[in-house]
Amino acid sequence: MKFFVDQLVLGLTNGAIYALIALGYTLVYGIIELINFAHGDVFTVGGIIGLTLIGIFRLEQLSPALLVLAVILLFAATMTITGFLGVAIERLAYRPLRNAPRLAPLITAVGVSFLLEGILFMIKGANEISYPNLLPSGKIGTGAFQIGITNLIIIVIALVLMVGLHQFIQRTRIGRAMRATAQDRDAARLMGIDINRTIATTFFIGSALAAAGGIIYGFYYQSIRFDQGFEAGLFAFTAAVFGGIGNVIGASLGGFVIGLILTFVAGYWSGGLQWASVVVFSILILTLVFRPTGLLGMRAAER
Amino acid sequence: MSRAPRGLLERLAQLPPKSLRAFATDTRVPGIGLGLVLVLFPLLDPNKSHVNVAADAGTFILLALGLNIVVGFAGLLDLGYAAFFAIGSYAYAMLASGQFNIHIPFWFLLLTSAFTAAFFGVLLGAPTLRLRGDYLAIVTLGFGEIVPRVFKNASTYTGGVNGIVGLDQPSFPQVLGFPGYKFGFNPVPYYFLILAILLLSVVLISNLRDSRLGRAWMAIREDEVAAASNGINTVTTKLLAFAMGAAFSGFAGTYAAAKLFIVSPDDFGFVVSVSVLVMIVLGGMGNLRGVIVGALLIFFIQRYLLIQLPGWIAALTANIPFLASVDVAGYVQRSNYLIFGLILVFTMLLRPQGLIPSAQRKVELELGTSEEAVADLRGSA
Repeated sequence: MKFFVDQLVLGLTNGAIYALIALGYTLVYGIIELINFAHGDVFTVGGIIGLTLIGIFRLEQLSPALLVLAVILLFAATMTITGFLGVAIERLAYRPLRNAPRLAPLITAVGVSFLLEGILFMIKGANEISYPNLLPSGKIGTGAFQIGITNLIIIVIALVLMVGLHQFIQRTRIGRAMRATAQDRDAARLMGIDINRTIATTFFIGSALAAAGGIIYGFYYQSIRFDQGFEAGLFAFTAAVFGGIGNVIGASLGGFVIGLILTFVAGYWSGGLQWASVVVFSILILTLVFRPTGLLGMRAAER
Repeated sequence: MSRAPRGLLERLAQLPPKSLRAFATDTRVPGIGLGLVLVLFPLLDPNKSHVNVAADAGTFILLALGLNIVVGFAGLLDLGYAAFFAIGSYAYAMLASGQFNIHIPFWFLLLTSAFTAAFFGVLLGAPTLRLRGDYLAIVTLGFGEIVPRVFKNASTYTGGVNGIVGLDQPSFPQVLGFPGYKFGFNPVPYYFLILAILLLSVVLISNLRDSRLGRAWMAIREDEVAAASNGINTVTTKLLAFAMGAAFSGFAGTYAAAKLFIVSPDDFGFVVSVSVLVMIVLGGMGNLRGVIVGALLIFFIQRYLLIQLPGWIAALTANIPFLASVDVAGYVQRSNYLIFGLILVFTMLLRPQGLIPSAQRKVELELGTSEEAVADLRGSA
């Protein structure tokens, strides 16, 4: 029982990270129908920006009371910087190709992904970089039902961000503009919506959420590598497709499902660790083949 | 299913005279001079390692030519192209080595591995090519991740992380009094083999391009709906492009494995797929000469420049006190990802048709396809 609970907690923690990345894929795909291959690497860049800020302001040495405030500011600053990185990528690499043949932005997205990985590789090299955990450690609960405080905080942060995003999209003016642009770009323009700004906002939000995922990943695994985002991005994309691409709730749900599947495959199948990624990629292919709209998807596969 | 392949067979039937003409017009015959240089080069250059590198470059040209069918002609983005290369390599490694003590001749496996890879291509493509184009990109990306991992993990059959060492080397058997010939580790016969394969491939592909099937590919690339309404079976046609690209990759895989003597699961990662993509994007998608030039350029950067440059820079900066403390050479050494990224992004943004554009592709990439043109008129730019 204890093993099961531990696996469940680990799965949900992984799932929270994948869900945060998956939201960026689903938002961008929903609004401009582009698979943003660079998104996984934005996640890594976010994590490393966070690490840099921790280093500059020596957050590790702060007293616990100040640390709470510092971590909140760390998330806010990292998410803002990474958000603007996302906006810059969209502005420089994707916007000029918005009306080009489909192949062009896809290839560019692969290029941006390599560009980001290349910059990180040049600066940081190929080794794992150690990352401090600023969240409190220890466990709460009794007997078999124990949950790490770090895990709990991570899951809560992710849920807060998800609910916040959902409310933002449903309740605010910009959120409504995003939904309108996703539905019909031309009609939205005719209604006076600034399409470029709306798309830029979408990239900002997606990248900011990925940055949050990057910091959380760093805190939890206490290491990060330049190409971490490639596999994590692919897992998260699987989550987005599994939940129904273009659907925010689906991406969150998909993230947790993929996190749980990965963890349980690795935990309960001896030697499963090596096969876990194969299982997830097979799920990706099978989902696309048999139910390309995903679990909660409402969009038609072919427009 | 019936229309496009019939066109292909008809084309294949009349291949010899047509192919010579197509080849002559395509390379505009300073080709003869170039051909002489290519044939005589291993005999004139006593340095075997140069011949070896040239033969390796040939492998990448073959890969680029194959991927060009998928991406350049049919406009399908295949991001898992290295998977088929792996399948071809491992097919040879498992059936022509001490692994299971099976020793099927190289020449037979060279042909069958093309079909094996094509089979896997169809297996993957048949269900997914019905989906929209960008889903294919992600499916192939997933497939490209799965295949090397399976080879790595199924260690009972594939030697796991160590791969398989000691593959059979190609040889000509003794026939009718002619002496046999063993390739061994001498790069010269491998060079001539890949040269012959490339020549055949260029002839075959340029004929394919001009065939009914090739024109169907380009029609689909430019406007799938219009192509379908003109009677092209889009799924079958796309599947043929996908399978044919996979076949070239598998074929190249067997050749590369035999030449290298070993296979290792780490040689088929995403970087390989992307470097082949960079080759065709830089050279010019859809144009054979462009693709060959692109492949040579990228191969030169990867195998020569990025290896030599750090040394030169280290030598240059050693005497400059300001730069000596900075590890410039190290940065250059680690710049291959960055270079690939920059080439992909800037080619697509500034010159999407590549260095040597194909005429049709240029029009399409600069002016947009018909659908986008309409969108422009509506003012959605």
